Amino acid sequence: MTAVTARETAVPAADIRKRGRFLVAITILILSVWVLAPIYLLAINALSSPAQVNAFPKSLVPGMETESIAFFLGFAGVLRALGNSILVAGITMVLAIGLGAPAGYALSRFDFRGKDAFRIMVLMTRAFPLPLLALPLAVMFIRTGLDDTAFGLALVHTTLALPFAVLITFSLFSGIPVELEEAAWTLGCTRFQAFHKVVLPLVLPGIAASAVFAFVISWNEVFAAAVLTIQNRTLTAFLLQNINVSPMHLKFAGGAMLVLPALIFIFAVRRYLFAMWGIASR
Amino acid sequence: MEKRSLPYLLLLPATLFLCVFFIYPFLLVAWQAVSQDGALTLEHFRTMAGHWKFPTAFWNTMLLALAVVPVQLALALFMATLVTRMEKGRDLVLYIWTIPLGISDLAAGIIWLAIFEQTGFLNSMLVGLGAVEQPVAWLGYQNKGTIFLAVVLAEIWRATAIVLVILVAGMGLIPKEYHEAAEVFGASPWKRFTRITVPLLRPSIQTALILRTILAFEVFAVVIALAGTNFPVLMGETYHWQFNLQDRHVAAAYALVILAISIAFTLVFLRTLRVPREAQI
Repeated sequence: MTAVTARETAVPAADIRKRGRFLVAITILILSVWVLAPIYLLAINALSSPAQVNAFPKSLVPGMETESIAFFLGFAGVLRALGNSILVAGITMVLAIGLGAPAGYALSRFDFRGKDAFRIMVLMTRAFPLPLLALPLAVMFIRTGLDDTAFGLALVHTTLALPFAVLITFSLFSGIPVELEEAAWTLGCTRFQAFHKVVLPLVLPGIAASAVFAFVISWNEVFAAAVLTIQNRTLTAFLLQNINVSPMHLKFAGGAMLVLPALIFIFAVRRYLFAMWGIASR
Repeated sequence: MEKRSLPYLLLLPATLFLCVFFIYPFLLVAWQAVSQDGALTLEHFRTMAGHWKFPTAFWNTMLLALAVVPVQLALALFMATLVTRMEKGRDLVLYIWTIPLGISDLAAGIIWLAIFEQTGFLNSMLVGLGAVEQPVAWLGYQNKGTIFLAVVLAEIWRATAIVLVILVAGMGLIPKEYHEAAEVFGASPWKRFTRITVPLLRPSIQTALILRTILAFEVFAVVIALAGTNFPVLMGETYHWQFNLQDRHVAAAYALVILAISIAFTLVFLRTLRVPREAQI
């Protein structure tokens, strides 16, 4: 026993550090596999023929068949749902940025009465389960003729995306020194020109990233979409409402269809992810 | 004059929008829950509470949140600590770990369905290893325990990323000097973690907890995808009453229950994890 302890203490510090680093690397690898493996398994199912999907036991290599995907895309209503999803997410994106960016600019550049009240209202949205808004709005929309429309659903999704858009654009604008704008004013620009020529080009990539974020929020939303649409279902609503009756290969192809754009989008905005959340989470 | 009114003009669209589509609907849903043809009534709450599925849905939702959120916080803290100490490949690892951020709860449910369904990958593996002879119906209605476990795993898999992003962003704000000073005075890595990182990370932990707990109470599509109606949760029952039973009053009552527990937990987190203004960085 004592001999063992003696030998262990005799290990040089550099060795211990090396072992520690190895352990850290292994842990990071395991955690990465934990994240990636389930997506790979879904991909196997999506890229196998229906017969392979329902076979047992399953192979860990995709059959590289496009049958399931083709079946899914040919399934009645899928293409329309796909189109609706894109349309709703597009409108949400425009509304969230269109309404949120001016508010973010105002918060970053002006001190005025009521500023805190507005911030509190934006932050308050976080304590509320927003998809539930779909319930009362369903009634309101029937009265105004917005029921079962892409625009009506996009309004609900905008409530989800707007607080993010406000906080993110606020942080983007705060990152641009006000002196730049002031310099433009002294050179004869109006407030609007200075904004348009100096600030806008600098924040545009960030705004695009937050727009993508708004798109993904809408693309992924299930509950409100399922409550508010009947004929004009989005992809999530379509999959949810058919989930009990769909064959497995349809579910998996649909799941893959939902995941793929989200993966691409997150990849596109990865640089902004942390900067955006760093501020948005304060 | 123009300068004074400008900020209000800029805020006006967003404010109006939130009033019409956020504040007003919540008043509306509250009214729906407590009224019938214009008169006050508690009938809808009685219908809701009297239905046999209500207690099950309520406790299932609570237990899920209780099982998922603490694990997510611990796991995300662990991952954030690992990644902030990395030198090479940090961006790649962070990208991989935040992938689930873009995946909808419905897709996450379908992904884990591929693993847990009867002809799924878990059974394939277990039969291949000879651990079981017949594929097991993990998600069958008689296996409540494994359904719960599957939902917990899917939720941890999907939504730890959001906690991770908030914590990593928060860690970036902690000045390096604090750690260096502690190291000079001989504080062990564990001590530095508990005495410096965690206390200074409190605002981020608070945000992450509030966000995650509320989202946990909203759990819906993951459960529907994995268990169908075999595992009732509050949001699923809300949907059921609204859509299948066409009783929006009882659905509104459910909504108020979810709203009430969300606000209650938000207040608890705001209070217990309060950061005095002087102590903020």
